[in-house]
Amino acid sequence: MESLSSLAGGFAVALTPNNLMWCLVGTTLGTAIGVLPGLGPALTIALLLPITFKVDPTAAFILFAGIYYGAMYGGSTTSILLNTPGESATIVTAMEGNRMARSGRAGAALATSAIGSFVAGTVGTMGITFLAPVVVEFALKFGPAEYFSLMVLAFVTVSAVLGASAVRGLAALFLGFYLGMIGIDGQTGQPRFTFGILELLDGVNVIVVAVGLFAVGETLYVASRRYAGKDEIIPLRGSLYMTREEWSRSWKPWLRGTALGFPIGAMPAGGAEIPTFLSYWVEKRFSRKPEEFGTVGAIEGVAGPEAANNASAAGVLVPMLTLGLPTSATAAIMLSAFQSYGINPGPLLFQTQPALVWGLIASLYIANVVLLVLNLPLIGLWVRILKIPAPLLYAGILVFATIGTYGISQSPVDLILLYVLGGIGFVMRRYDFPTAPVIIGMILGPLAETEFRRAMSINNGDWTVFFTQPLSAALLAIAVLALLGPRLWDLATRRQHRGPEHVPGDA
Amino acid sequence: MDRMRIALPEAFIGLGTLAFAGLVLWQTEQIPVSPLYAKVGPRVLPYITTGGIALLGALLLWRGLRGGWQPEEEKEVAPDWRAVAVLTVALVANVTLIGPLGFSLASTILFVLVAYAFGDRHVVRNAGIGLVLALLAYFGFARTLGVNIGAGFLENLLGG
Repeated sequence: MESLSSLAGGFAVALTPNNLMWCLVGTTLGTAIGVLPGLGPALTIALLLPITFKVDPTAAFILFAGIYYGAMYGGSTTSILLNTPGESATIVTAMEGNRMARSGRAGAALATSAIGSFVAGTVGTMGITFLAPVVVEFALKFGPAEYFSLMVLAFVTVSAVLGASAVRGLAALFLGFYLGMIGIDGQTGQPRFTFGILELLDGVNVIVVAVGLFAVGETLYVASRRYAGKDEIIPLRGSLYMTREEWSRSWKPWLRGTALGFPIGAMPAGGAEIPTFLSYWVEKRFSRKPEEFGTVGAIEGVAGPEAANNASAAGVLVPMLTLGLPTSATAAIMLSAFQSYGINPGPLLFQTQPALVWGLIASLYIANVVLLVLNLPLIGLWVRILKIPAPLLYAGILVFATIGTYGISQSPVDLILLYVLGGIGFVMRRYDFPTAPVIIGMILGPLAETEFRRAMSINNGDWTVFFTQPLSAALLAIAVLALLGPRLWDLATRRQHRGPEHVPGDA
Repeated sequence: MDRMRIALPEAFIGLGTLAFAGLVLWQTEQIPVSPLYAKVGPRVLPYITTGGIALLGALLLWRGLRGGWQPEEEKEVAPDWRAVAVLTVALVANVTLIGPLGFSLASTILFVLVAYAFGDRHVVRNAGIGLVLALLAYFGFARTLGVNIGAGFLENLLGG
């Protein structure tokens, strides 16, 4: 019950007018960028990182968390009305939700996804409340070797296991490692990979990389396939109220989706794609009206995956806050926000910054309530945002991308780097490389290096330490299994399989 | 299915990755190492990264030589290179002009050119929208966040 008293303290922090205001701003902004195709929470939080120099950490993280949760809600609106998934986590919602909208049930689809998001988001936040202290207890026993092995496991799962191809995912991850190593080596003070360019001594800013890959790369990509013609927005008809039948068909998928989403999100693998696809598959099995799937649109196929999506978003915050282990691009950028405050997320965070952590968790409950209001009664507002013409939208995105990068250093080097990364992002998008591992590798790579070197110096340079410590060895074994297992399985069964498609710019 | 045909773009991505590994290796060799810090110096992880990139580059090249991996739906779309070219011009113009002209005017030009690349030819209207957006962004976003962004004569004129 210690969690509850800590949480009460957290509400005292989150309910101050100032922090409520940040929560409102974050959720509103998050919904807007979730609705707009091509903009995601990772990009938005990256652009807002300079705020960390201005406001206190609690306010900043309440803002960021609001954006993160809001984007999850907003993304489903786009999927349902436009059939363009706003985020990769809402691909599944687009499948059934858009069919429902086409058969005149857009209102019910939006309602079940908003209420389902609320249920899952709230249950998921409760999950954080009670699970986080447990993970913290466990994590306090970790030494550098265990941390390093855990990071290796996370590297493998985020890049190689989730996604279409392990090789392409790992290539993206290693690009991130390289970018993360540029600059002065924190332990020896030696410059690395700077090519003698003065600006690079401080390292490459994560804002430049995130904005380059997600904003500039995405803009180039969308421009290159303008063929696609106009997207058709389905007008919002009918009431937003769900019938008694729709309620009874929705509530179980909400709970099942939550039960799938939260644990998978909380594992050091993260990602919302797997739970949403799993939930879709489960609901198709359980549905009493399976004939509606793929035809007129089944409400279970919206309710379940949408809940799974939001629950996994909550789950991702568990390893981020308790272990300092980001498993999505958004979480990685939040981690860099912690770093810019000089705060190290990890088990000690709960002891050193209780007001921050519990204020943040409490604000997540508030954010869910705010988001339910924003996304049901005010849904018409967001539909209007969808009508911004693509040329003006992308032109605006690039103007903001310029402010976000040029503003931090006023150096043309950063702008050139931004555009080069944009070009790389374009090629990656066109040739089906995931981009999130670049960000994760860039943020987590240097941390893994630190733990590696720390573990080595503790053990006098004996690298067997990673294999002789039981926990570390087990984590590495799981990583190897996760990397090679599916390939051995493929060889054994000679089956071709493809994972879910990646949409850059997402969580 | 001609799986064995060489997919040129993918093969080039593989070759490019290998070349990148070479670059990383060359730069790793340049990292000075203090003899006092012999155990795990600043070069160890760069070497591992080099090895990883080289291996992945070889695997990508191999896949490229055996038909590539680009999804069908991407292959079917012929890229609109004109739009990409106009966008590239827009970005280069922005880098060159942001210093001399200041943020707002350079952004207005960027805005018009990007919209043009996307097929929106209302140059005058978009210049207006772009300028308003840039000024809003400059005075709202940049000022509130406290990022000090390049002011040109327009910003100074307006009290920036």
